[in-house]
Amino acid sequence: MKITVCIGSSCHIKGSRQVVEQLQYLIAENSLGDKVELGGTFCMGKCQQGVCVTVDDSFYSVTPETVESFFKKEVLAKV
Amino acid sequence: MRKFDTKVQYLKYKVLREVARQAWNDTLLENVLEIPKTIVPGKTSTMRCCVYKERAILAERVKIAMGGDKENSNIIEVIDIACDECPAAGYEVTDSCRGCLAHRCEDVCKRGAISFDHNHVAHIDKTKCVECGQCANVCPYSAIVNRKRPCQVACKVKAISINTDNAASIDNGKCIQCGACVYQCPFGAITDKSYILNVVDLIKKSNGNQKYKVYAMVAPSVSSQFTYAKLGQVITGLKELGFYTVIEAALGADMVAVAESRELAEKGFLTSSCCPAFVAYIKSAFPGLVEHISHNPSPMAALAKYVKGIDPGAKVVFIGPCTAKKAEAQLESVKPYVDAVLTFEELQALFDSRDIDITALEEGVLDNASYFGRIFARSGGLSDAVAQGLKEQNLEFDLKAVPCNGIEACRMALLKKSKNVLDGNFIEGMACIGGCIGGAGCLTHGEKNKAEVDKYGREAFEKTISDAVSVLK
Repeated sequence: MKITVCIGSSCHIKGSRQVVEQLQYLIAENSLGDKVELGGTFCMGKCQQGVCVTVDDSFYSVTPETVESFFKKEVLAKV
Repeated sequence: MRKFDTKVQYLKYKVLREVARQAWNDTLLENVLEIPKTIVPGKTSTMRCCVYKERAILAERVKIAMGGDKENSNIIEVIDIACDECPAAGYEVTDSCRGCLAHRCEDVCKRGAISFDHNHVAHIDKTKCVECGQCANVCPYSAIVNRKRPCQVACKVKAISINTDNAASIDNGKCIQCGACVYQCPFGAITDKSYILNVVDLIKKSNGNQKYKVYAMVAPSVSSQFTYAKLGQVITGLKELGFYTVIEAALGADMVAVAESRELAEKGFLTSSCCPAFVAYIKSAFPGLVEHISHNPSPMAALAKYVKGIDPGAKVVFIGPCTAKKAEAQLESVKPYVDAVLTFEELQALFDSRDIDITALEEGVLDNASYFGRIFARSGGLSDAVAQGLKEQNLEFDLKAVPCNGIEACRMALLKKSKNVLDGNFIEGMACIGGCIGGAGCLTHGEKNKAEVDKYGREAFEKTISDAVSVLK
């Protein structure tokens, strides 16, 4: 599974750093390091919906507040 | 609304704008010979002796705007026919000499080069004169002047000489491609090769960023440029031009600050590697110190490499104040990552070639880097960032930075280091006065530029280097 977080300017201001850091923490806490690959990208072209995140090819709009529930629902449940 | 410092820049801009305009329309090949006439129409000359010479020089400018002489590896080129063969006699006594009694000039001259004629007027014996300038300093009438060519005055690495045709000639072995002569030549006879056509081509062939994405990487000195508009409007303008997105080279600077402070703590002494002209200068003038050059790529190269890592098909265009960056992008170690380099001058031409009035645009956002990454743009910023990098990584190292503002200061520090008398362990070398904000490719150079960079730095969303780079996993 590959999670990509947008680290472009618009998403950055909306908190992509916090999203990345929390995902790093959650991946490590659940020992998913070898199953989940976390990466960044600059701009997914959907700046209005930031922080933009994709899991494989599916798009999600995540915020620092919703990252934990996103992780449970879209990552932990599916991995 | 003043876009440029000088009319030379304005002329260069007009050529670049026309070349780009024709390229967008796919009409460059058929209209290239008409460009000089478009810029200088009619029969009345405005710059030179006649319109024909003006157009002949413009034809040379068009060639350089299209990439210049492929045989000459130097980014900086002399347009022979544009060189006005300025006087270069050195110190001379002018007719302001009143033939006084004091003869301070004679007394101060240790070489005995001053003599007096029957009217008591001073004369300088050129076979004895060593051009120290003491006579000029002491003359109460300012009657002694130094006639030097502005290009030679600008070139602190002494790469410019005068050829047999009396035109300026650049020694490629000494030239560091900083562009100081480009900015200073009052006739615009020395200029930098442009890759504006490569950029137009990259954007056009991307098919609206469908085939591949074109990233614009903007240097932090942009904060002191395009002052007639808002920075956010420049960002939107870049996207209007057809760039996929805009990223801050300053994030690359944050990456460098982390690695540089680590390398410094490990080795104990380093010279910085951010400024390509400074690196080139060490290689040509102080080969014995090459081993001390930081092994880190420049911020431009570091971030471009990262971009290509996450998006292998991407194209990266660096936009900054620097002519030497054009040369850096051609190095084997950098070439795979940076596809083209533009200056701010060229970006202005590119905007106008598509009639994009950035002042009418919405403000976009640009925020990838920390305060420390952003202040790389001014002298002393890199040293501050390395100090911060040491602190954030809890590295025990007693930093004694030597920030060198301009290539002459760099020379002094390197000279001291080569003699082992330098009081410092980190040489921050910036070839341009003020740092990157003094770069030859800037639209304007002003007193307030440093303050603008610092202000832009403080506006960064991330306050520490670690926070800025923590997204890069």
